[in-house]
Amino acid sequence: MAAEKAEMDALKKECDGLRAQIEAARKAVNDGSMSASAGGVEAVGRVQLKLRKNLKGHLAKIYAMHWSADSRQMVSASQDGKLLIWDTFTGNKLTAVPLKSAWVMSVAFAPSGNLVASGGLDNICTVYNIKAASPKTLRELDAHTGYLSCSRFLSDSEIITASGDTTCCLWDLETGKQKVVFTNHIGDCMSLALSPDENSFISGACDSLAKLWDIRSGTCKQTFSGHTSDINAIAFFPSGNAIITGSDDCSCKMYDLRADQEVIGYQDTSLNAGVTSVALSNSGRLIFAGYDDFNCHIWDSLKGEKVGVLSGHDNRVSCTGVPADGMGVCTGSWDSFLKLWN
Amino acid sequence: MSNNNASNNLIIAQRAVKQLRLEASVRRIKVSQAADDLKNFCLQNATRDPLLMGIPSSDNPFRPPKSCSLF
Repeated sequence: MAAEKAEMDALKKECDGLRAQIEAARKAVNDGSMSASAGGVEAVGRVQLKLRKNLKGHLAKIYAMHWSADSRQMVSASQDGKLLIWDTFTGNKLTAVPLKSAWVMSVAFAPSGNLVASGGLDNICTVYNIKAASPKTLRELDAHTGYLSCSRFLSDSEIITASGDTTCCLWDLETGKQKVVFTNHIGDCMSLALSPDENSFISGACDSLAKLWDIRSGTCKQTFSGHTSDINAIAFFPSGNAIITGSDDCSCKMYDLRADQEVIGYQDTSLNAGVTSVALSNSGRLIFAGYDDFNCHIWDSLKGEKVGVLSGHDNRVSCTGVPADGMGVCTGSWDSFLKLWN
Repeated sequence: MSNNNASNNLIIAQRAVKQLRLEASVRRIKVSQAADDLKNFCLQNATRDPLLMGIPSSDNPFRPPKSCSLF
């Protein structure tokens, strides 16, 4: 017993030492700031996007949406128990997928456009083939012991999921089995995003930490702290060298992966609502952040200033997404509508 | 306190140390360099960012064309 206590004390001391070492190493490279680098950059001015489409069809709160890689189709999920696949150019609904469980929290479109995935309080990630005559369940990925908060396809044969059980997971869709389990968060995982080169992904969790993972080895490579509440949303900056997080602490942050620290924060004393979702414009200059205050606020990522707002929803903005071609931004809300802006 | 609890806690602590060692070994670049690179990426890609540049009506996929021809 005494030997174990001694070992525990030694390990704890080593942990404290390593944490101090990491903080010192971060401080040592902290020789500047985004404000300093972006000082000479011209301001973007007021960004005024117009509402182009109001997509009506869901009968209850929308919890998630995801653009197809073709930048035209989009899938949305609502607790009315349906996934709807939209043609955003015409505003028409192409397909409705009835869900076994109405308590959906996440939805994803496969890059091929052949599959969509959804999941929620049922703890299961269900993958559907939407190219069949009528949507057909391809796989039910059932191993998480907590709710499914987010999922993203790598291809038609692999998908990564994030769960309230604090883990993320890489699944083989051909066998329906877990390939890699990513364990290190100590709070519910709320969101994930794939790196542009698809070798890594980032996760945000209720432990207020963001983590960078190596997909193949399953290791957590870096951990980013600073938020003081749950991280609900996370996205990669288009170069792949930085990440943006949105939190219940009402702020967004940009962390640079190579400097291993926060480089700028996005907060405003007038904004007292939690951030639910984040998406970036193609150059990374504009951040679209959905908030509990029913708006999607637009931030200049370099200068840290609010440069616009997308107003119109009558309830919390729960999801935001910019398509691959960067031609617009979609907001989804608890008011049951999706809006397209550009 | 059972032996199991103690060994579990030891394993958890050992894992924590291993993880922190990995994170401590990350090679870090200077924040000034990182910020410059991010800024340059934004500036170099600005013209390829439709939401930043604005989209002419004729090219806007979400906006119905103004005129409607009926034959």
